[in-house]
Amino acid sequence: MDAEVKKRLLGEMLFARRFEERCYEAYVERKIGGFLHLYPGEEACAYGVLEAARPGYDYVMTSYRDHIHAIRCGVDPKVIMAELYSKVTGCCKGLGGSMHIFGVEHRFMGGYALVGGPFPLAAGIAKGIKMKGGDEISICFLGDAANNQGTFHESLNMAKVWELPVLYVCENNLYGIGTRIDRSTAVVDQYKRVSGYNIPSEQVDGQDIELVYKAAKKAVEHVRSGKGPYFLELMTYRYRGHSMSDSNAYRPKDEERMWSKRDPIIMLRDRLIEVGEITLDDYKQMDGDILEKIESEVIKFAEESPQPPLEILEKYTLGEDDPWVKGGVA
Amino acid sequence: MSEIMFWEAIRRAHDEEMARDPLVICMGEDIAIAGGTYKATNGLYDKYGPERVIDTPISENGYTGLGIGASYLGIRPVIEIMSVNFSWLAMDQIFNTAAKVRYMSGGQLTAPIVVRSPGGTAHQLGAQHSARMEKVFMGIAGLRVITPSSPRQVYGLLKSAIRCNDPVFINEHELMYNMKGEVPDDEFFMPLEGSELTRAGKDVTLFGYNISVHWCLQAADILARQHDIDAEVVDLYALSPLDRVGIAASVSKTHRAVIVEEAEPAVGVGAEVMAVINEECFFELDAPPVRVSALNVPIPYNHTLEKAAIPNAQDVVKSVLKMFGK
Repeated sequence: MDAEVKKRLLGEMLFARRFEERCYEAYVERKIGGFLHLYPGEEACAYGVLEAARPGYDYVMTSYRDHIHAIRCGVDPKVIMAELYSKVTGCCKGLGGSMHIFGVEHRFMGGYALVGGPFPLAAGIAKGIKMKGGDEISICFLGDAANNQGTFHESLNMAKVWELPVLYVCENNLYGIGTRIDRSTAVVDQYKRVSGYNIPSEQVDGQDIELVYKAAKKAVEHVRSGKGPYFLELMTYRYRGHSMSDSNAYRPKDEERMWSKRDPIIMLRDRLIEVGEITLDDYKQMDGDILEKIESEVIKFAEESPQPPLEILEKYTLGEDDPWVKGGVA
Repeated sequence: MSEIMFWEAIRRAHDEEMARDPLVICMGEDIAIAGGTYKATNGLYDKYGPERVIDTPISENGYTGLGIGASYLGIRPVIEIMSVNFSWLAMDQIFNTAAKVRYMSGGQLTAPIVVRSPGGTAHQLGAQHSARMEKVFMGIAGLRVITPSSPRQVYGLLKSAIRCNDPVFINEHELMYNMKGEVPDDEFFMPLEGSELTRAGKDVTLFGYNISVHWCLQAADILARQHDIDAEVVDLYALSPLDRVGIAASVSKTHRAVIVEEAEPAVGVGAEVMAVINEECFFELDAPPVRVSALNVPIPYNHTLEKAAIPNAQDVVKSVLKMFGK
């Protein structure tokens, strides 16, 4: 990974951080409703893995903590913020919300709010890729707690039986909502659980984007070359609660302090400063530019966009004008 | 026109659609090498191969979700769930994903899957293999629910369902796979919305669907021969969306309605059709609508008790006679 790539990734991760922090503020201001699950602390997972893949070409899906994966796939941050503001200019016209960001033209196949729901969907996308003969891969990002759903086991089993081109990325942030992993999960190391399905797997430090990238490159090559599924476990931490309705009182302060010292953005920043690629002032300038861009472009667009018209309320339930529905097909 | 069995009609629809479109696949437990529990996919594995005719593990929610994911890329999966009792396990993916993805993505994605599954009380299969669940499926926005009553219907409806861009649940019946019926030799499609006037009459409308259409027809025959009552039979093969216009048209003609369902009455097809009648044509009624339903019990194993738990043609006749004060 050369210095220019690292600098770009630093900027992208910092944008992701500031975007999510701005969502927090907008939620507190009641501009954003419903549930809001934020990504700060985990940025190196999405950016490291997708740097090794082909976002916009490969198919990506994830859970409800989905804004940043969508942005990395190419969905415009403006239309994501507009969706959070429930405006008609949002990526889902205000019908989806924070947990259901979709950007199908960028092959971001959605955020899903049932824990573990995307496991079989991602395997199905891989089945579709295989049938159509393309060299895309299907990438599914989910948290560690999703692995206690039946869909985890059912999907890993099918993915291996049919050798599907799917990469499962486990963002292990150690908590399932508010329950620490060792209190809910018999085997704490998630990559070990996959050995029961004869799927290759690896556990790496999810805070160091260079390590994530390196492991993801190997994983992506495995899957793209037709060798079947792969499971990558990234050890990470979310700074905020599970969602905005979470008091975040269940985590020891020492633990939070320990992880804050391993911040993925600060680690990469300091590394770049150390080798003389950037200065602290460069970083501050970058940060200022990002904050300004978020206000002047992203927030402004969301604020100024119109509400969805009442006419769309019933529009997307079932297909309209489908010839197989009303009859008259010769 | 040929007389073929219900399972043969399903098989023919699969075969024609798979021959036409290489993206049509079928999947389910024992459907490939074994040819399917009901023979509905018999021979397709040899013809289309393991990539398109897929024996799945016994993981209903998993393989249904896999089918939905594949459908995002234009694949047209026809998923057989061996019994509706097992489809409970796939409800997460059917309801939370297939039925909602079009809406919550603002129209960006659809899940054009077909799930076929037999429900109903058969031959002493016990409580966990005798459920009737169409009422659950028809209550979910974003799904189409179809319950064919004949080989002709299942052929034409399955063909349309495979081509439709919406998720379609087809509720079949364990006892109907060997039922024979006339099916045109030329390809045809039945619309996924509507109802069929199976027997014209002027005195009372008997609404049925799936197996209960046959009870209604038997009852209409008895009523005509023995009681001088001319019953109309309307086949509600589409349970969601329901044919509100067709229901109102028949009731406006006969002014009386009996809804016959194999399921328990609560929150069911009978209740829903009564609501539609109230909303669409209440002042056309000469008598309160009546529903003929199962008892509100899990289905027992004992044969006599099993038969007593669900309605039959005689129960329909009795309800009509009571309505006429006979």
